[in-house]
Amino acid sequence: MNEVVEREVDRSKLQVSDEVAIEITGMNKWYGSFHVLKDINLTVNQGERIVIAGPSGSGKSTLIRCLNALEEHQQGRIVVDGTELSNDLKNIDKIRREVGMVFQHFNLFPHLTILENLTLAPIWVRKTPKGEAEETAMHFLEKVKIPEQADKYPGQLSGGQQQRVAIARSLCMRPRIMLFDEPTSALDPEMIKEVLDTMIELAEEGMTMLVVTHEMGFARQVANRVIFMDEGQIVEQNEPEEFFNNPQSPRTKLFLSQILGH
Amino acid sequence: MANTEISFVRTEMLQEQAPPALNVGLVGWVRGNLFPDVLSGILTVVALYLIYSLLSGLLPWVFGGVWNAGSLSECREIIAAAHGEGAEAACWAVIHERFWQLMYGFYPDHLYWRPNLALVLLFAAIAPVLFEGAPRKMFWITAASPFIIPWLLWGGTVWVPIMAAMGFVIGYFVYKLVAQVSSNLLGLIAGPLALVIWWLFLSSYASSGLASVIPLELEPVASRKFGGFMLAILLGVTGISMSFPIGIVLALGRQSNLVIIKALCVGFIEFIRGVPLITLLFVAQVMLSYFLPAGTDFDIILRVMIMITLFASAYMAEVIRGGLAALPTGQYEGADSLGLDYWQAQRLIIMPQALKISIPGIVSTFIGLFKDTTLVSIISLSDPIGWVKFIQANAEWNGIVWELYGFVAFVFFLFCFGMSRYSMYLERKLKTGH
Repeated sequence: MNEVVEREVDRSKLQVSDEVAIEITGMNKWYGSFHVLKDINLTVNQGERIVIAGPSGSGKSTLIRCLNALEEHQQGRIVVDGTELSNDLKNIDKIRREVGMVFQHFNLFPHLTILENLTLAPIWVRKTPKGEAEETAMHFLEKVKIPEQADKYPGQLSGGQQQRVAIARSLCMRPRIMLFDEPTSALDPEMIKEVLDTMIELAEEGMTMLVVTHEMGFARQVANRVIFMDEGQIVEQNEPEEFFNNPQSPRTKLFLSQILGH
Repeated sequence: MANTEISFVRTEMLQEQAPPALNVGLVGWVRGNLFPDVLSGILTVVALYLIYSLLSGLLPWVFGGVWNAGSLSECREIIAAAHGEGAEAACWAVIHERFWQLMYGFYPDHLYWRPNLALVLLFAAIAPVLFEGAPRKMFWITAASPFIIPWLLWGGTVWVPIMAAMGFVIGYFVYKLVAQVSSNLLGLIAGPLALVIWWLFLSSYASSGLASVIPLELEPVASRKFGGFMLAILLGVTGISMSFPIGIVLALGRQSNLVIIKALCVGFIEFIRGVPLITLLFVAQVMLSYFLPAGTDFDIILRVMIMITLFASAYMAEVIRGGLAALPTGQYEGADSLGLDYWQAQRLIIMPQALKISIPGIVSTFIGLFKDTTLVSIISLSDPIGWVKFIQANAEWNGIVWELYGFVAFVFFLFCFGMSRYSMYLERKLKTGH
């Protein structure tokens, strides 16, 4: 795997607290009669950076999409930040306010400027006054290093810039947990680094992150836990060193040999 | 031998140069667009000849026309005297003489100021909707005109439109009150219910009561006196402004997860689309009086308005559904993941984009609706086409065809072309890609 992560990560800043952020117990999900997620049990503490890897179709995206109810689970319990995910719309909205999500295809709103993309949710969902929301938005745009693009439209930005805007948009809601669904998969190679750098900074600030990605370099440097999924199940999880150097399951070994082999 | 010089390093970067002279300016344009090759050149010449022969026949007829004459035979005598026996020219005198009837139908001529004022009000009301540059305060005119314009056109006591507007105030307060003591949802049901009850049962007493105390009224004009382009515009504007919101609601309903709502919307849309507009108009004219309680006087123009609106909203719903379907699911997910609720997501994210995509279809529906208003001549309302027939039936103008239909077509074209240009302007303005 090409090592695009060059920025040195200050691992002393990566602290995990004892407070539980997400708790999944006995979760099952079906698409029609197809069993996509099988008996998922996972506890994530505040400040953890978890990378979820696995072959395509293994259910890793579906798993993190269940955490903010973009997908509905049929069995089991999901508790996010103390709120149980049920059919109650109030709980779903509450969780979505606390959980940010970054998508593979950015999902910026093309009819709004960058600044409007960033202030929309704070203004309408959090009822933040416009001026304050814009200040916050500019703060995060500076953090992702593109404040000069504030008045442009998403269609005028490069892929990497759009993804950084998408991260900033989530951050404007001041989430406690961030979900990343293959954030670099749709990017040109030279743009992957700028997005990963942004994510590293976020990790150093103590954000709880669940990242579905194929960037194994990122996993090695930033994650405190790597989860390997296959056929809708968690097959193996471990610290990154152990996971990469000493995989136990034959499926993990096969997967790692395929993506690291060349 | 060929592969010996495989290594190459550029030492100097090339400078930009001007394009060849034959590809730019007027010469470039003519070469590129009229005579790019032999076949296209021949087609250009043939097309130019066709345009020439069409215009050389048409223009003298149009511009050599007679504007002042009392009848078709008088017209023909003037033309024969001016251009010689057997010459062809338009007899615009019919438009000149019957202009106001084509515009207003049988509307009393001493009251023409009322439809004129209504038209000015209409333009003032749609300006802030169409153009962002218009002062925002003009929306007050937009809000008031649905009450003022009908009053101007039909006349009667001023209290009827005021009490009709009061319905909204009452509905709003009922909603506020109910929402406060119980739930928001109950308020959303109680508010409109109060509005309907007020309109159906109470407002007529209130307005006639007030009218007897303070009699402020315009001379009433009956619906059957309405006609000409005034009727066409009245039907077109109501149809357009009502079918748009109804179409949005139907399109959302058709996408709903609630089975019954979805079934109702699909049933309505498919039924209306499966029935010709003429049938619906006949239903409006004849059948409704059978269904309604005896003695109900339900205005014929109002009935036609309802039918045209329902007809157009079914088409509108499908056009907007097309826009909704064209949006990637990522937009819904993006909105959801930020915690926006259903209505916020629809209003702020989904609809602005879906409507933008559907602009060409929406405007086509509007244009179609406006032209379909001529169908009301079949149920003996005197719209412009109805008036053409009246005039043709007149002894003085018997036998005139092209001038009348040409004029009606020209006025319709002006309106429809205006709508089409506006839609292009809107598309350009809303374009945010690069």
